[in-house]
Amino acid sequence: MEPVRVVTGRALPLGRANVDTDQIIPSHWLKRIERTGYGLGLFEAWRKDPSFVLNDGRYRGANILIAGANFGCGSSREHAVWALQECGFRAVIAPTMADIFKSNAIKNGLVPIELSADAVSRLLAAVQADATTSITVDVAARTVTAPGVNASFALADFLQTQLIEGLDEIALTLRHEREIAAFETKRAEWLPRVR
Amino acid sequence: MRASAGFAARSIASRSGHTFRVGSTLSEKVWERHVVRRAAGEPDLVYVDLHLVHEVTSPQAFEGLRLAKRRVRRPDLTLATMDHNVPTNDEPAEDISARQIDAMARNAREFGVRCYPMGDPNQGIVHVISPQLGLTQPGMTIVCGDSHTSTHGALGALAWGIGTSEIEHVLATQTIAQTKPGTMAVTVEGVLPADCAAKDVILGIIARIGTAGGTGKVIEYRGAAIRALSMEGRLTICNMSIEAGARAGMVAPDDVTFAWLEGRPFAPKGALWENALDDWRSLVTDAVASFDRDITIDAGALRPYVTWGTNPAQSVTIDGAVPDPDALPADARESARRALRYQELVPGTPVRDIAVDAVFIGSCTNARIEDLRLASEVVRGRRVRSGLRALVVPGSMRVKADAEREGLDRIFRDAGFEWRDAGCSMCLGMNPDVLRPGERCASTSNRNFEGRQGPGGRTHLVSPAVAAATAIAGHFALPADL
Repeated sequence: MEPVRVVTGRALPLGRANVDTDQIIPSHWLKRIERTGYGLGLFEAWRKDPSFVLNDGRYRGANILIAGANFGCGSSREHAVWALQECGFRAVIAPTMADIFKSNAIKNGLVPIELSADAVSRLLAAVQADATTSITVDVAARTVTAPGVNASFALADFLQTQLIEGLDEIALTLRHEREIAAFETKRAEWLPRVR
Repeated sequence: MRASAGFAARSIASRSGHTFRVGSTLSEKVWERHVVRRAAGEPDLVYVDLHLVHEVTSPQAFEGLRLAKRRVRRPDLTLATMDHNVPTNDEPAEDISARQIDAMARNAREFGVRCYPMGDPNQGIVHVISPQLGLTQPGMTIVCGDSHTSTHGALGALAWGIGTSEIEHVLATQTIAQTKPGTMAVTVEGVLPADCAAKDVILGIIARIGTAGGTGKVIEYRGAAIRALSMEGRLTICNMSIEAGARAGMVAPDDVTFAWLEGRPFAPKGALWENALDDWRSLVTDAVASFDRDITIDAGALRPYVTWGTNPAQSVTIDGAVPDPDALPADARESARRALRYQELVPGTPVRDIAVDAVFIGSCTNARIEDLRLASEVVRGRRVRSGLRALVVPGSMRVKADAEREGLDRIFRDAGFEWRDAGCSMCLGMNPDVLRPGERCASTSNRNFEGRQGPGGRTHLVSPAVAAATAIAGHFALPADL
């Protein structure tokens, strides 16, 4: 995973609430066995509408997505994160996000930022009024800044470290192999084994 | 040793959280038992008792292992099947699906993982086969790259859906690093009306708490109406916990659980069964424990639900009408307007006046033998409304075989239903079973998102009884309406 410390750029004002991962990447795209090749599937159904914000030339090149509450709900598909990243997004800002989406995002270096509904509204308004509005997400400082907006977000220390250092979580866990093996000797006898 | 570590952590959390709590909830007990490592400022490292794998979310995880030259730590605690994109009729899989199905078989072989492939008598939807085999047991931790893993909580397991990066982590380490979830109780008191099912209970709960009502928390379903449910009913309820945003859903194990498990292929036998029972009986929320959030629902006030919108919280009872967005709370209006446009529905339309083009009885929510028995009773001796497409897709090949032994397949076929092989099928439209654009479907599945059952398709979530009655009537109906 690529380390990510600061994301600066323009934003796409999606705004909608309850955006489920089926909308972010429809299921027929999930037949691929690779981690790549999902960009064209991003918001595939909504994109067919010429007035959909992703089709608005003013927002081309945006690398921050601003959405409504409960972003990324539904299916656990990590493909949703991959699709967003392939389309250039490095951070998502919303009042709240679904648990699995948030976790998937962190593991791929897509910064998930939950801000107050008020701060999200102000960012949306700023970006809708002026598509060139520059937003800066500072992972180390846990802040989002834009003209007239200075908001901070919560992010657990270990998640912050994971993003900033781009850590290989499996390698970290394998350092505790001895504790895992010790735990395994104490598991109940009746627990099932499939082979 | 582990218990005392857990208590210490709780005390610290309590001091900083301004609330003092004693006792543990069911989900906390199961979590604490599985903590391999706990360090300040880090997520807990939690042991995984069973890792379920399917063809759609795992190929990139196996590829990650290959690239890093890692192995599967515990193939004996890992089970794979194929369910999401397998064909459920005699047609071969489309090329791109076949490639994914082949990859599952190849990865299982290469990494020594047991796999129930297409054509195997144990094949089926991952959340149907594991409980059915007796692999899902009280007190276990279970993960799977699928959000409906919450299903397994019906037996008192702590089970949740994970992403592909986490699948790779679990394959390599048999553990997962996660922060301890919060707790929530949903107590369903009273007696459920005779024409209501478990599906109506969970749709009623989601209507009440919303699609993010359980975010960050494990919901424990409690109360007389939950206790009175069969295991199949509890599986339906826990299955849709994720539709309320919850990390997981659970029901404390009781005699219903034990009776259901006893004698199943992977259930403990003999003295081990007795030892297990002693332990499982302790898996209850302590009387003095409290939850982060606690709500109560009166089962007697529930009615059969039909969703009208494009998320599972947008529902009304079958006696109701499509709502007017302007009459909804301010923050729900815009989504409601968008949903009604997509669903092509007019406010004020009585639910029973909405005609459907298709009926789907299937999915990890409602494709177990009890669901099929119930639906077959409704359609017995009747005919599916002319021009309407109706599918029954059993949750597993074992469910299919059991149903055929009972003659349910004949009842469905005689009524005009298609009788299929096991798979996820029209729940998510990854195989050829999809709605055509504009088609409207009464579905026993779990998600009514835009395009979920096929691009442009319109989904209404209902119970198996309502789905069956709707297939006969051609519009939303209760069995009593026929």
